Amino acid sequence: MSTIDERSTNWPRIARDGVWDNNVVMAQSLALCPLLAVTGTATNGLGLGLASTFVMVASGLLVSVLRGSITPQVRIPVFVLIIATLVTLVDLGMNAWMHDLHKVLGLFIPLIVTNCAILGRAESFASRQAPLPAVFDGLMMGVGFTLVLVALGAVREALGSGTLFANASMLLGQSLSWLEVTLITDYRGFLLMILPPGGFIAMGFLLAGKRMLDRRLAARREAKAAGVPASA
Amino acid sequence: MSTTTVANPSYRQRVGYQAALLGGFALVAAAMLVIGDIATRDAIAQREAEDLLASLEQVIPTQLHDNALLADSITLDTADGELRVYRALQGLDVAGVAFETVGQGYAGPIRVLLGIDADGRVLGARVLSHTETPGLGDKIEVARDDWILSFDGKSLGEPPPERWAVKKDGGDFDQFSGATITPRAVVSAVKDGLELFAARRDALTASAVQQVSSDE
Repeated sequence: MSTIDERSTNWPRIARDGVWDNNVVMAQSLALCPLLAVTGTATNGLGLGLASTFVMVASGLLVSVLRGSITPQVRIPVFVLIIATLVTLVDLGMNAWMHDLHKVLGLFIPLIVTNCAILGRAESFASRQAPLPAVFDGLMMGVGFTLVLVALGAVREALGSGTLFANASMLLGQSLSWLEVTLITDYRGFLLMILPPGGFIAMGFLLAGKRMLDRRLAARREAKAAGVPASA
Repeated sequence: MSTTTVANPSYRQRVGYQAALLGGFALVAAAMLVIGDIATRDAIAQREAEDLLASLEQVIPTQLHDNALLADSITLDTADGELRVYRALQGLDVAGVAFETVGQGYAGPIRVLLGIDADGRVLGARVLSHTETPGLGDKIEVARDDWILSFDGKSLGEPPPERWAVKKDGGDFDQFSGATITPRAVVSAVKDGLELFAARRDALTASAVQQVSSDE
């Protein structure tokens, strides 16, 4: 099957879009519900990120393969059906065969269904692209989402409880227990940062930081294009 | 045919086709879920039994019993409905029991598995599930803090009933900085469990042979 709207795949563009330019959270402002709910620690953020990435890749593949047979009128319910089925199967399978991992990640898996970014990518990318680019896009969007989750989790954890990647060995195995760092010993804790309001506050600073960086980069590019040496 | 994906044939616009398509996808999804459920049901039940056994072994020392804990359970009618009680037997004598008790935490119920020996002393307590604030209330998990071990060896007489509370309330048990409601809930859950044991002691510690004969 060949579709006419497929331009030649620009792989670096997909990667840049997923991780930075069109980042799920930073640019599209999607997936904020699971994001703010679980990023109390960097480890939790990593767990949700990995699970979401897996579902994004799998849903990208399925939607892309089935895109020829789905009519535009019923596409949204079909995508929702595919994603929800996928998440449930992942949940069941992990519970049965990767039980220890499920005990840690289990909390996050139902949250993936509430991630509108997966539906968004199915609609705006996977349903118009061949399977391989769709899978790559899912992977890159997932990586971008994971990075934000870990960054936000790390900021909130460091300010809120003075640790970094606490209990990471529960998620990743004992070999990675060196990740667990206590930044401030005898820290009294800053409850606000761990609770949802802290999530919103940290998120705001993170978004503002990305804007500032983007603006500065754009200014530097313009300056270079105009032949003027960039000012810091 | 390659033309069908480019052009949109008229039958694909009809409502009946859309409905059938959506119904078809729903059917396939339902079938996948049924298959997934059947394929994993036994394995999940097995894993859950292993989890329960692992928790039971934490609250009842292995040297205390010679029976299989999962195989030897009785149900007790309480004010809140039926309670499943796992018995640690030495021969036919009950050396200890373990059951679940629930406390109302900051963000929802906290399920505590409580092991009690025949004299009414706490053998061990473990939190099975909770929804407390990560980083604050989750110190009740044994994997994160050994606070929960402070119940070991305690009974209703020791400390006296009025000291079965967190230190902030004039009791014997530590609270956490930033979280008082969570440890308070666990203390009261353990105390409730001990009181239940005291009230129903005869039924709970009745020799196993009597229990069997009265069941039949």
